[in-house]
Amino acid sequence: MNTNTIKISTSQLNLYYGTNHALKDVNMELYTNKITAFIGPSGCGKSTYLKTLNRMNDLIPGVKIEGEVLLDGENIYDSRVDTTLLRKKIGMVFQQPNPFPMSIYDNVAYGPRIHGIKNKSELDDIVEKSLKGAALWEEVSGRLKKSALGLSGGQQQRLCIARALAVEPEVLLMDEPTSALDPISTLKIEDLMDELKEKYTVAIVTHNMQQATRIADHTAFFLVGEVVEYAPTTELFTAPKDSRTEDYITGRFG
Amino acid sequence: MTTRVNYEHELNLLNDDIKEMGRLVENSIEQCFIAFEDQDFEKAEDIIKGDRTINDLERSIEARCLSLILRQQPVAGDLRVVSSALKVVTDLERIGDHASDIAELILRIKGEHVYHVVRHIPSMATAAREMVRCSIEAFIKQDLSTAKEIEKQDDVVDELFGKVKVDVVDLLKQSTEHIDQCIDLLMIAKYLERIGDHAVNVCEWTEFAKTGALKNVRIL
Repeated sequence: MNTNTIKISTSQLNLYYGTNHALKDVNMELYTNKITAFIGPSGCGKSTYLKTLNRMNDLIPGVKIEGEVLLDGENIYDSRVDTTLLRKKIGMVFQQPNPFPMSIYDNVAYGPRIHGIKNKSELDDIVEKSLKGAALWEEVSGRLKKSALGLSGGQQQRLCIARALAVEPEVLLMDEPTSALDPISTLKIEDLMDELKEKYTVAIVTHNMQQATRIADHTAFFLVGEVVEYAPTTELFTAPKDSRTEDYITGRFG
Repeated sequence: MTTRVNYEHELNLLNDDIKEMGRLVENSIEQCFIAFEDQDFEKAEDIIKGDRTINDLERSIEARCLSLILRQQPVAGDLRVVSSALKVVTDLERIGDHASDIAELILRIKGEHVYHVVRHIPSMATAAREMVRCSIEAFIKQDLSTAKEIEKQDDVVDELFGKVKVDVVDLLKQSTEHIDQCIDLLMIAKYLERIGDHAVNVCEWTEFAKTGALKNVRIL
């Protein structure tokens, strides 16, 4: 039951923003249907690492990336890779909920339409399924044509998750998805993540260590661009092997 | 530089409380045997009364641990220290109970001098008390090698318990006049043997606090 299948594997991954060496020899494996959390102080490289997993860093001028990121064994940095298709497979949810200024329905249908789905009933099905998958359907099914901007912060974030699910990704990357939300909305998203991992592989950056202990199967601790320790979450938070991990998670840094 | 001034302060208070509780239970065992040797029954009464103080201290340490968990949400070494402290106070409280049980038995065998015949009880008491003292010290200092040493000491206490049993059987073979007292003395020895076991538990929680493993096996 406890076998880990590798979904994403990075080896000797280095990333430079100009002269800033932001990721140093990152070797890590993310497992299928597991939640992996990245923790570490600001500027440690955890968000940068997350963004290398669907090539979001490509958009930054002056960035240089070395090493490999394999998705199901295929290097996503291969020149033949279509980044739009890649980002369909590896969806992303950001810190601030960022619904498009359009209806709830159109937000969710946006991705599928881009990927060529035009049939109304097919889109209806996708929208319903995605909103259900993001635990939002019951709250919005009566007002799908209303603006997404009228939703609460927690609802907006679940809408963004629904939007990511609509294109049937395999992996979900979440960059501090609950840091702008109240505790109840946070718990809803956390419960949702626990359901999502049944179907998807999830990676999350979080500043909230209690959140990592609540939801993540594995946790990686980043420090100045390096992965100091990567272990099952319960192990990392009860008896970390590296004293730098212990110092960070117990608040001895600072 | 540390960002944990309050937290460190609270952890120190927790350690001080455990030290104090350890001192009290250790003292109870010691007083038991002074009472036993001197036939000082007032002292025995005091030990029984003193058990309430130990129980109160247990409650207050538990409250301190729960408050630390609630407010500081400890992880890693901090989590191990706080959770093992919660376990250790239970063992200390039991040790206190057993000292009090022994004091009650001393009161029961009042006026009888048969205990002098059971030669091995005093050495058992000394060995058990020493185990308690060292185990608490090992826990406070998180001294794993001392903790492992003390675990071995338990064999000595167990062996002495075996000898006490032989002593008692010999006594009964000679005469059945003191059957009740013999049974009481055997119970005193049994309590001492249990005290040794609780000291071993304290050592095991020292291992957990230090390493995250219990008897060499990780529990998380």
